[in-house]
Amino acid sequence: MAGAALVEIRDLAVAFDRTPALRGVSLSIGKGESLGLVGESGCGKSVTWLAALGLLPGKARVTGSVRLAGQEILHAPPATLDRVRGGRVAMIFQDPASSLNPVHRIGRQVTEALQLHRGLSGAAAREEARRLLDQVGMPDARRRLDAYPHELSGGQNQRVMIAIALAGQPELLVADEPTTALDVTIQAQILTLLAEIRRDTGMALVLISHDLGVIAETCERVCVMYAGRIVEETRTERLFAAPSHPYAQGLMAALPPIHGPRRPLAAIPGSVPEPWAMPPGCAFAPRCPRHVAACDAAPPPLVAVTPGHCAACIRPGAVSARAPLSPELLPA
Amino acid sequence: MLRFLGTRLARALLTLVLVVTFAFVVLRLSGDPALLIMSADAPPEAIAAFRRAWGLDDPLWVQYLRYFGAILHGDLGQSMRDGRGAIELVAERVPATLALTLPALLIKIGLGIPAGVYAALHRNSWIDRGVMFLAVAGFTVPSFVLGLLLVLLFAVQLGWLPSGGQESWRHAVLPVITLGMGGAAVLARFTRSAMLEVLGQPYMRTALAKGVPWHVAVRRHALPNAAIPTVTIVGFMVGSLLAGAVVVESVFSWPGVGRLLVVAVSNRDLAVVQCILLLVAATMVTANLVVDLLYGVLDPRLRISAGRT
Ligand SMILES: Nc1ncnc2c1ncn2[C@@H]1O[C@H](COP(=O)(O)OP(=O)(O)OP(=O)(O)O)[C@@H](O)[C@H]1O
Ligand SMILES: [Mg+2]
Repeated sequence: MAGAALVEIRDLAVAFDRTPALRGVSLSIGKGESLGLVGESGCGKSVTWLAALGLLPGKARVTGSVRLAGQEILHAPPATLDRVRGGRVAMIFQDPASSLNPVHRIGRQVTEALQLHRGLSGAAAREEARRLLDQVGMPDARRRLDAYPHELSGGQNQRVMIAIALAGQPELLVADEPTTALDVTIQAQILTLLAEIRRDTGMALVLISHDLGVIAETCERVCVMYAGRIVEETRTERLFAAPSHPYAQGLMAALPPIHGPRRPLAAIPGSVPEPWAMPPGCAFAPRCPRHVAACDAAPPPLVAVTPGHCAACIRPGAVSARAPLSPELLPA
Repeated sequence: MLRFLGTRLARALLTLVLVVTFAFVVLRLSGDPALLIMSADAPPEAIAAFRRAWGLDDPLWVQYLRYFGAILHGDLGQSMRDGRGAIELVAERVPATLALTLPALLIKIGLGIPAGVYAALHRNSWIDRGVMFLAVAGFTVPSFVLGLLLVLLFAVQLGWLPSGGQESWRHAVLPVITLGMGGAAVLARFTRSAMLEVLGQPYMRTALAKGVPWHVAVRRHALPNAAIPTVTIVGFMVGSLLAGAVVVESVFSWPGVGRLLVVAVSNRDLAVVQCILLLVAATMVTANLVVDLLYGVLDPRLRISAGRT
C-alpha cells in the first residue's frame, strides 16, 4: 500500500481550550484496506476522524495534515469538504438512534445524500434509497422509507446509517463504534454486513472500537492508541501473536481466553494520565512494568520493530502475552 | 386522532369550569360587594335591598349554581356599577387591547426568534453576547419600569410621542414597544438555548458527515427540531394576548381589558371580573389546545402512530 495511500494522516494534533486531546497522530490507509483503531475510552479514536473530516466544533484547534488521494483536506474550503464528506469518506457513529434526525422520515434522510452526491431526485432517488435499504438488510425496505427513526430498532437505525453512508459510494467508511449501543446478536450482524459491503464494493474501512475481538474479526491491520497517540501499529494477527508495546501487551493479557481454562483477567494497573497533566516522556510510563529513567525524557517515536510492525517504545518487548490468535478470529 | 382531540377538549373545558369556580369563590370570600358598591354610611335598608336585588342573600352554592346556569345560557351577568351586560362591557375593550398585543406579538416573534437563532449560530461572538445582554435586560426589567423609561425618554425628554391615552396610532407606539421588547427578550433567550441544544445533537453531526452544507443543515435539520420547544413559549404568548397587557395598559392609561380588570377588581364588580377571567382562561386554553395539535405536526414522535408496529 506504500505510495498508494487513500488517506494519509500526518502529525494530526487537536486541542480543546488548550487541553490537548490528540498529540500527533500519523496513520495511513490504502484503497480497500480495513484498519482497526483500538484504545480505551478518551484516547482520541473518534477525535482523530472527526478532526480529519472537519467535524469538530469550532473551539477545537486542529493542526497537521490529512491527505485524501494526495489532496490536502484539513482546513479545506467548506465546498470541498462537503463533497468529500459522504461522497468519498463516509462516517457512521456509535448511537444510531440519536444520529438520525427525529423529525424526518428515513427515506428523506437517505435521499438527501443521494441528491447531494449522485444528483438523484424524485422517484429515482426513492427507488435507489429502497435498493440501499435492501442492500443493508432492512426488512420490508419500501415501507420503511416512510418510517421515522423512533419507529425502528437500534439495529435497524444503524442499518439506515450505513445505507446513508453507502449512498455517496464512498471510497472509505469510518465506522465509529458502530455496534457499541447494540445487543450482541445485532452487533455480529452489523459487523458481518460491514465486511460484506467491503467485499462487494471494494471500499476501505476504518473500524473504531475498544473491543479487540471486534477488530480481530473485521480488520487486516490495527492501530493501538493511548492518550492521544498511536503506540503500536501492525497486522492484526501479528498484534495478537506478538504485541510489542507494553500497553498493547496489557490489552492482550486483559482479553478473556477463547480456548483453554478460564483465568482471571489481568487488568493494567493505574489509570490514564489526565490530558492536562501528561508526563513529559512516554504517557504510559507511570503504568509501565518495563519503565526506566530514559522513558521520561521525551515521548518515544513510532518506529519499526520488525518490518510492518511499529511501536512507540524505547524498550519494545517480544514478550508474547498469549497464544497466537485462533484462526476463527481472523478476517476471512 | 379524534380520541386525542376529545380528551384535549374535555381537559380544556374542565380547566374553564375550574377557573370560573375558583374566581367565584375567591371573589365572594374577599369582601362584601354590597358594602363596597354602596358607601359605608348608606342606610341599612338600602344595603339589604341591594343584596336582595343581586341575590347576595342566598347561600353561596345557590348563587354559584345560578351563576353557572346563566353562563351555560351565555349570560355572564350585569356590571354592578352601571347595570350594563358584563360581556358587552368587556367586548368593547377587547379591540383596544388587541391593538397593543397583536403588534407586540409580531415584534416578539419577528425579533426574538431570529435574534435567538442568530445568537446560537454565532455562539460567544460579540453579537451573541450583545443579544444575550439585551435579552437578560429585557427579561429582568419589569415592564412598568421599561414603560416609564420609554415615557421619560420619548415623551418627556424628546417629546416625540405621547405618554398616554388612545387618540391616535402614535399613542400605541410606546406601549407596543414596551410589550414587544420584554417578550422578544424572553423568546430570544429561549430560542437560543433551544438552538444550542439542537446544534449539539448527534444528528447534526450526521447531516454534516453526509455532506450537507452548514447553512442547509441549519435550515433543514436544526430549525425544525428547535421549533418544537419554541412553539410552547409562542403559544403561551398567544394565550396571553388579552391578559398580558394589564400593567402596560395601566402605565399608558390605555382603555383595554387589563385596565377594566383593575378597575373591576377594586370595585368588586363581580360579573365583570368573572367575565374577564373566563375570557382570558378561554384564550389560554385555546392557545394550549393549538400548541398541542402543533406538537403533533412538528414532532412525529408525538403523533398517534397510524397502525404501524
Ligand atoms: N467536543 C469536545 N470538547 C472537548 N473535549 C472533547 C470533545 N470531544 C472530545 N474531547 C476530548 O478529547 C479526548 C478524546 O476523545 P474521543 O472522543 O476521541 O475518545 P474516544 O477514544 O473516541 O473514546 P470513546 O471510546 O469513549 O469514544 C477526550 O479526552 C475527550 O474528553
Ligand atoms: Mg469515540
